[in-house]
Amino acid sequence: MFEGITEGLTNAFSAFRGSGKITEGNIRDGMKQVRTALLEADVAFDVAQDFVRNITEQAIGEDVLKSLRPDQQLVGIVHQGLIDLMAGDHTLPLKRDGVTVLMMCGLQGSGKTTTCGKLARLLKEEGHTPMLVAADLQRPAAIEQLKIIGEQVGCPVYHEDPAKSDPVQVCRNGVKQAKAGGSTIVLLDTAGRLGIDEELMKELQRIDNRVAPDMCLFVCDAMTGQDAVNSAKAFNEALELDGVILTKLDGDTRGGAALSVRAVTGVPIKYVGVGEQLDRLEQFHPDRMAGRILGMGDVLSLVEKAQQEFDEDEMLAQQEKMQQGKFTLDDFRKQMRQIKKLGSMREVMKMIPGMGKVVDQMGDMNPEDDMRRIEGIINSMTLDERHNPERIDRGRRNRIASGSGVEPAEVNKLLKDFNSMGKMMQDMSNMSLKDRMKAVKQMSDGGMMDPNANIQEKKIRSKRGPIDSIQLRDKKKKQRKDARKAKKRNRRK
Amino acid sequence: MGLFDRLKAGLQKTRDILRTDVRDLFRAGDILDDGLLEDFEGRLIRTDMGVAAADRITSRLREEHGGRTVDVDAVWETVRSELRDLLKSDDATAWDPDNPLSPLNKADSGPTVILVAGVNGVGKTTSIAKIANLLQTNGNSIVLAAGDTFRAAAVEQLTMWSERLGCDIVRKDSGADPASVAYEGAAKAVELNADYLIVDTAGRLQTQKNLMDELEKIRRVIQKVIPEAPHESLLVLDATTGQNGLSQAKSFSAAVECTGLVLAKLDGTARGGVTVAIRQEMGIPVKYIGVGEGVDDLELFDADGFVDALFAK
Repeated sequence: MFEGITEGLTNAFSAFRGSGKITEGNIRDGMKQVRTALLEADVAFDVAQDFVRNITEQAIGEDVLKSLRPDQQLVGIVHQGLIDLMAGDHTLPLKRDGVTVLMMCGLQGSGKTTTCGKLARLLKEEGHTPMLVAADLQRPAAIEQLKIIGEQVGCPVYHEDPAKSDPVQVCRNGVKQAKAGGSTIVLLDTAGRLGIDEELMKELQRIDNRVAPDMCLFVCDAMTGQDAVNSAKAFNEALELDGVILTKLDGDTRGGAALSVRAVTGVPIKYVGVGEQLDRLEQFHPDRMAGRILGMGDVLSLVEKAQQEFDEDEMLAQQEKMQQGKFTLDDFRKQMRQIKKLGSMREVMKMIPGMGKVVDQMGDMNPEDDMRRIEGIINSMTLDERHNPERIDRGRRNRIASGSGVEPAEVNKLLKDFNSMGKMMQDMSNMSLKDRMKAVKQMSDGGMMDPNANIQEKKIRSKRGPIDSIQLRDKKKKQRKDARKAKKRNRRK
Repeated sequence: MGLFDRLKAGLQKTRDILRTDVRDLFRAGDILDDGLLEDFEGRLIRTDMGVAAADRITSRLREEHGGRTVDVDAVWETVRSELRDLLKSDDATAWDPDNPLSPLNKADSGPTVILVAGVNGVGKTTSIAKIANLLQTNGNSIVLAAGDTFRAAAVEQLTMWSERLGCDIVRKDSGADPASVAYEGAAKAVELNADYLIVDTAGRLQTQKNLMDELEKIRRVIQKVIPEAPHESLLVLDATTGQNGLSQAKSFSAAVECTGLVLAKLDGTARGGVTVAIRQEMGIPVKYIGVGEGVDDLELFDADGFVDALFAK
């Protein structure tokens, strides 16, 4: 990801470090890396090509800032370029009075029905009264799905018997009903269709003509590959889209489709779907998306994720404890569990810029395993021991070790690490922000971030180390032979 | 319509794009230079096969034909054989065009369990209906297990299909533990001595660890009833999916050891080229392709046919 593009750029630019200017000659290899990164992120081929061409023109002749390496600066230029390309009005212009009709369209399985529910919930929270219209008469049980979702969000769903109606009629009647019932927003959930299916596209156009929705939103799966261009183009030509909603962004897709769709249709992305639950619809942020496409760390998302998972009061309480030096092994375990909730350590670390490389260096080392062992050790302690680790003597240590299936030395190491960590945290929490940053830096220089510093050794069952029985036998044989020889020699003398 | 025609119809768009471009690109007498090759690489990348695979094909073209005048047929042969190499590897999956069930693993005795998984909205439930239909028309008895208890109305959707097909279904209320549905499905399949049990699962993104664990649990629980199950665990992939398909294949394989792919929605403009990358990296073969919305729009995948249909004249 991030490593991919920066590593490639670093290599491409190693020759020209310090030359001070970005020129056509030295940018070419770098741009090739950018292009590959974009293509691997599923940005459409032509879009990637155009983008790289424009950026190259822009970047040539720019002075390399003293504080930056040329590769860093180029990433910056590319990043900004992506942001500019995706920027736009990311809000929904709703009518002050009267009924705003929104039509949702997209391919099958892009998430239209779920997105309808999410959008209805969001608009409801903003004080509107939305109504859902089930115009998907094709997929079995699509109407039921919308009904259930409507119930969950608490807004009315208009539907008709699919056997006796057609989508145009459902939409017209739905809007009528909304006007009569006092709803301010109508969301039309249309059936999924392929861009090349002319008959169904015509049906969509008929709804567009007869019902005249105020806005037409294209729901696009963020995992779509090169085909995103084709379908976006087809829908835009048929309906003149007003906005895009990108779904399934909670996966690990790089989401190049965002760039493709934006470049082809020219309409802004309004929202992104980031989870299955109905409250997981967020405003679109071009800067975050740009970072994601380039595979750069997504710190903001990490912070948000952390905020969701972590209990704020709990965090404050723990911080307080740290400051007072009362942080116990119990708290430590609690914190570890919270970190675990964020997902695998690898994923979390990848979200932090610059840490991606560390993850690679770790190789097969698995931080989760370490964490599990540590948790196991703490679990084997009594409550009293967790609060007063200094009470753990030799006997207790051996008991804990056998309880958690580790060597006594590991228990010792944990206690030692915990002790020094506690001191460090206490010191740090009394520092100013600037000093704190410095301390973190020192830590990372001093081996905290050194991936080789704490590599798990192979588990040794016996205290004498791994025994190779054949080797041992040969060794013993040789010893006996030597002894015999020596005896003989001594006798002769 | 024969199989080949169906495949061709499904891939019509793909073929149109590739063929017309390629006819424009490589004309006999031109010199195959870097510019031409770069254009060609672009066409390949547009099929979603990924930069690596496209690179491999173009570099082989460069090696064999670079700098010379274009011999259209020879160039074609190179592209075609390289693609076939990428799609076929040395494992034993058989695609017998006369027997549509040939790529599926079969249990030695008792019900064969097919576990179907995939991310949200790829067409799992529809694919299950199609597979069930295929099995049924070949004279097998089937039990469906409606394991998608999460998405609103997913159980209803599968129930509707089971009614249309006339096969047994095990279902529970939405929100129930999917593993328990799978367990009961397995028990029922054994009880009825059905030939096949198809287990539906809720769509899940591969990054959601708890949901992937749940999938693993489903597998474990089925094994309590039928120890060597699932005999077949199919990952359904949307043909429009880009490079993320690789990540999907990796994560789902880690959880349920995928034995094959079902490439759905191949009737659009999408080309499903990411399967080339998946085959290359993970060795998971495509077993079936979905080429339409009808219940019998499921075709046996066949590498030669796929490549030939891509380039048929």
